[in-house]
Amino acid sequence: MYRYDELDQAFVDQRVAEFRDQTRRYLAGELSEEQFRPLRLRNGLYIQRHAPMLRIAIPYGLLSSHQLRQLAAIARRYDRGYGHFTTRQNLQLNWPALADVPDILAELATVQMHAIQTSSNCVRNVTADHLAGIAPDEVDDPRPYCELIRQWATHHPEFTYLPRKFKIAVTGSPQDRAASQVHDIGLQLQRDAHGHIGFTVLVGGGLGRAPMIGVCVREFLPLSELLAYLEAILRVYNRYGRRDNIHKARIKMLVKSLGVERFREQVEAEWLAAREQAPRLLPAEVERMRDFFRPHPYETLTDLDPCLEREPAFKAWYRYNTRPHRVPGYRAVLVSLKAHGRVPGDMDCAQMEAVAGLAERVSFGLVRTTHTQNLLLADVRQCDLYGLWRELAQRGLAMPNIGTLTDMIACPGLDFCSLANAGTIEVARQIQQRFDDLDYLYDLGEIEIKMSGCMNACGHHHVGHIGVLGVDKHGEEWYQITLGGSANGFTALGEVIGPSVPKHEGAATIARIVEVYRALRTEGERFIDTLRRVGLRPFKECAYALHPAAA
Amino acid sequence: MRYILRRREVVADDWRHLGEEAGDGTAGGVDGGLIVPLAQLRDAAQRWQSWSGRLGVRLTPADPVEELAGLLPQLGLVAVDFPNPGDGRGYSQGRLLRVRLGFRGELRAMGAGVRQDQVFLLARCGFDALELAPGEDLEAARRALERYDVAYQPGAAQVALRRQRFGS
Repeated sequence: MYRYDELDQAFVDQRVAEFRDQTRRYLAGELSEEQFRPLRLRNGLYIQRHAPMLRIAIPYGLLSSHQLRQLAAIARRYDRGYGHFTTRQNLQLNWPALADVPDILAELATVQMHAIQTSSNCVRNVTADHLAGIAPDEVDDPRPYCELIRQWATHHPEFTYLPRKFKIAVTGSPQDRAASQVHDIGLQLQRDAHGHIGFTVLVGGGLGRAPMIGVCVREFLPLSELLAYLEAILRVYNRYGRRDNIHKARIKMLVKSLGVERFREQVEAEWLAAREQAPRLLPAEVERMRDFFRPHPYETLTDLDPCLEREPAFKAWYRYNTRPHRVPGYRAVLVSLKAHGRVPGDMDCAQMEAVAGLAERVSFGLVRTTHTQNLLLADVRQCDLYGLWRELAQRGLAMPNIGTLTDMIACPGLDFCSLANAGTIEVARQIQQRFDDLDYLYDLGEIEIKMSGCMNACGHHHVGHIGVLGVDKHGEEWYQITLGGSANGFTALGEVIGPSVPKHEGAATIARIVEVYRALRTEGERFIDTLRRVGLRPFKECAYALHPAAA
Repeated sequence: MRYILRRREVVADDWRHLGEEAGDGTAGGVDGGLIVPLAQLRDAAQRWQSWSGRLGVRLTPADPVEELAGLLPQLGLVAVDFPNPGDGRGYSQGRLLRVRLGFRGELRAMGAGVRQDQVFLLARCGFDALELAPGEDLEAARRALERYDVAYQPGAAQVALRRQRFGS
């Protein structure tokens, strides 16, 4: 993984000193709340319902065991002993004290971490495929480019006060696991006819209030032009993106209002005009970056059958919670943060420390976060799987439900977030209770539930096979259901099936929807495929059959 | 008398904005320059072409800097207005004026959005003069130009950097 050099370390240390001074001035009354707000947000600090919330950046989801231990230590010392992993591969602490935040940031800086630009109208944490570097179908490892983009975007002199937040994702595989089509910029790694690396550049995707799928602005951008081209896109956006209406300020609205052709013309013209002065990506710098992400010193092994003579519980875990690795004899292991009875994405300090220790023993000391709010041990020898499973199971981290209905995504919702209209945690708990039978879950197969507490769509509800959106109805929490969304390779936005349902009906409505699927599916057909084949109608008709909800 | 930061030094402002009193030491000296909004410069082009003193222009965030291309040789100063800290259009205006249009005169950031917590990045975009928001501490702003001595991106030489990652 990337290691800070003297420049990176000096920068984060200076940033901590700056924020310490800003916090001091705020607490001394020298900065008003309004003046402090954009400063604290650019350091990841929100003021939430009950307490501040600190969003810590995990660049493209990669952590060393040392960093994960430090996160545990921070959560124990400054918070209530747990953290929440988000859909953007970050970690949120829900209960820090404002006056402690400079110390927390200083402790993060000692392990080469920060909370810079995890909020506010600037370029956010760059995200990537959680199987980067090990996926059998990969064109190239996206992480060196993510790190280059991270550095370019950090404290950018020109683009730190954009019209709105700005999210970039990079995928190295045609099977897009980074949801690149629903980011402000999605970069898809390609090779041209000569084998040279470049990117297909998508712009204007996003969820939130007006969900849109990104449009292709350039089929193939040579790697050497990456930063120059990003700079051109950002400059066009910074100059012409709307600032008078927060709901029309994302770049997707600029792309929509100009039309993709005119938007592309402007970006290309800006790129050509600015190329000479733009930050240059020298081959030596690219190589320096690639060196940080070279393959591990894998042993020469052959694939074996880890399930041979093992108990059914292990076999189920192996089937659902592990993934193929490009190196024979290895396997990637998903650490489930979706145990029934737990808040999706939450992890306590003891669990973090346990996973850090396991990573050191069996996965080269590295841990990844996934946008589906689980962790991943990417490089596990197949002969270590059984022992690993037993240890994860002891810690409540081996729930064999990855890819099933209860591996749902959920934002923190009304219980924590001051933007939310409705809770997500209680609905998730109801779903976990209702679908607590593993055989039934396995029979249902691959179903993605994605749940957001408000239109901002942190829970990606638009691209869930089943999307759940919390709405406020005269002060009560109700839920709008969408069906047919998807963000993997074939990106689609879900459609609303009808009136929203009250909280106690959330899990029951989903239960009726999946029963329709069970009745209509053909042999081996997945939920999303049945839905695409038969359309929404039968689902709409049955979703409300027992308890018609008033609109 | 108004004081500003110019090239990291606190100095008395020798420019005044159109509409401010001249002479009497409130703003600008006897031979001080005059800063005129771009809209004025456009609407009364004749008047300003024959102006004998030093002339500067003031841009709002929406003003296209390209419009200034032909005028720059006559201008001693371009002031860019930052009505609030969140409106970042002026950063692009400043950078384009310096890098694309090659403006060598005084590039001034002004307005309610110019506070000590903004000046470092403003200087990196090429602003060499800072007319701070009312009530801002000039000394604190001067020190804020030294908060960082490293950066990732190429930028203007207004702040002294020890190390920089990407060249241009």
